[in-house]
Amino acid sequence: MQEFVQFTLGGVSVGMIYAAIALSLVLIWRGTRILNYSQGGMAMFSAYVALIVINHTGNYWLGFAAALASGLVLGAALERVVVRPVANKPALNAVIVTIGLLILIEGVAGILYGGQFRSFPPAFSITGIKIGSFALGVSWNDVFIAVAVLAAALVLAAVFRYTAVGLRMRATAFSPSVARLLGVRIGRVLTLGWALAGLFGALAGVLVSPSTFLYPNSMDSIFVLGFTAAVIGGLESPAGAIAGGVILGVLLNYVGGYLGSDLVLLFGLVILVLVLMVRPSGLFSTTATRQV
Amino acid sequence: MTLARHLGLAVLAALVIVLASIKLGSYRDYQLAGVAAYLAAVAGLTVLIGLSGQISLGHGAFMAIGAYAAALLLLHLHWPLEIVFAASVVITAAGGAIVGVAGARLRGPYLAGATLMLAVALPSVADKYPGVFGGDQGLNISITTPAFLGATFPPTRWLLWLTSAATLIALVLLANLARSRVGRSWRAVRDDEVAAALAGLNVARLKILAFVVSAAAAGLGGALLAVVTTSVSPGAFTLALSIGLLTAAVIGGLGSLAGALWGSLVFVFVPTYLTDVASSHGLSSAASSSIPIAAYGVVLIVVMLVFPAGVQGGVRRLLGPVTPAQGPPFSALRRHRPATEHQEEGTR
Repeated sequence: MQEFVQFTLGGVSVGMIYAAIALSLVLIWRGTRILNYSQGGMAMFSAYVALIVINHTGNYWLGFAAALASGLVLGAALERVVVRPVANKPALNAVIVTIGLLILIEGVAGILYGGQFRSFPPAFSITGIKIGSFALGVSWNDVFIAVAVLAAALVLAAVFRYTAVGLRMRATAFSPSVARLLGVRIGRVLTLGWALAGLFGALAGVLVSPSTFLYPNSMDSIFVLGFTAAVIGGLESPAGAIAGGVILGVLLNYVGGYLGSDLVLLFGLVILVLVLMVRPSGLFSTTATRQV
Repeated sequence: MTLARHLGLAVLAALVIVLASIKLGSYRDYQLAGVAAYLAAVAGLTVLIGLSGQISLGHGAFMAIGAYAAALLLLHLHWPLEIVFAASVVITAAGGAIVGVAGARLRGPYLAGATLMLAVALPSVADKYPGVFGGDQGLNISITTPAFLGATFPPTRWLLWLTSAATLIALVLLANLARSRVGRSWRAVRDDEVAAALAGLNVARLKILAFVVSAAAAGLGGALLAVVTTSVSPGAFTLALSIGLLTAAVIGGLGSLAGALWGSLVFVFVPTYLTDVASSHGLSSAASSSIPIAAYGVVLIVVMLVFPAGVQGGVRRLLGPVTPAQGPPFSALRRHRPATEHQEEGTR
């Protein structure tokens, strides 16, 4: 029983990290119909920025802020320079270009920082919380992970719902041509979408790095699981991305806890394929059909 | 006629390789044997993407299946090499069929994501069952030069002959397939699935077949690589390998087997060159080993933005109307869901 509670709570915490990656993918997919395969690389790079700032200043929160800022800038810059030219080309071109970005960022990180595993400080204590003698199996840092992603997602939802910028973003996702006719500067909205995606990726990178270590490939497996979470959620809906992340996190934590951590990625692959085969529009989508 | 031309080209290539292998030193022979191994995999990938219009970011995983199959067969059953190669190809083709069945229902970005996950997830199997796959250390195999060549025959030359022969056979088969009814059907499916289905083609079966053929070629490449490097380990089949194969296919021009040759040459020789240059300029070994990785990225982006038809596309343009171009491999690969269709979906 105690084990089950521990695996569940731990899964929610890990799942929120997948959710952050999934959110960043959804933000870009809604606006541009591009899946950003470089998201993991961008997150990894922002985490390095955070680590450098933390090591120089000794202040975790300065590093945290620097990572989010670098995520915003990196996302916007990549959209303007590299992604814009392929936006109206065949879908395969965008796939190959963002894969190129991924490996370019990983290569640059390897050149700048070397390939060794670096430890990354957590925001809060990583010793497990206990209620009486009952160990919950999660730490205050795990609670912080869940709260941080949830808070960021709620802010995003509020921006979407209550601000003019959010309305423009929703209009663009709904129908770019109509939005353009109504005077929305589509280009700026798309850049903003990439910037926000960069921010969520950076958040995921900073939050996950204490448990995975930081190295140029450290986000590869986190990214593919975030992608799986986004697919579970249907790739369209931010709420679906969060739910998909939590479901995947909990399921995979059971697999890792009961069957062995080597199997986590393989089960992730199985879940991804099952969802794509059985319900390709995601578990939460409201649209009737969708070509996958 | 086509068959005769392909066979003629293969014989010519074999002659060039034999002459070159005698002229070149053993290290160059070894590198060229590597080129031959990667060429088989890149050729399979370029056929998959360029002809059938499906993308795979996980071809390194198929190479891993072929390599481990070959190593295990050699270690435990001691079969002769040609049988081992054939068996590895069959095993990998079966793996390709499984992925293909899943992939036939998926389009572009989804298929790319699923195959990407395959590339990231598969190496963990070797860690899960260290008793079978040797864990992180992998498996070591040894190949002996056949007796009839004499005791003094350089082993790397034999390796080059072996891998080149296998890859040439694969290339001839692929070239004929691309020119056949199947190849034409793949192009039809790539250009317009609905039209292809209306014309009576079985779209799903054709897409699965493309994955099977492509995986088989990658499996052969993996088996050849295992023999060339005399070892198989998870570290050889990283995501970087899968993306490197994609880079090689993109450099050469997707869909072109001749392009696959240019791409494989670049894939083997340029990273070594870049790493050497970087270390001679005083970069640490970790940093210089990252330079080829970054270079793949630059190449993928620049080629896709500037000349998506790749090297072979440029060669075709230079040769002009003598060899009629088959059309840019990408012009027809339209985005299946144009951005302007969102509205329709939202109102449904």
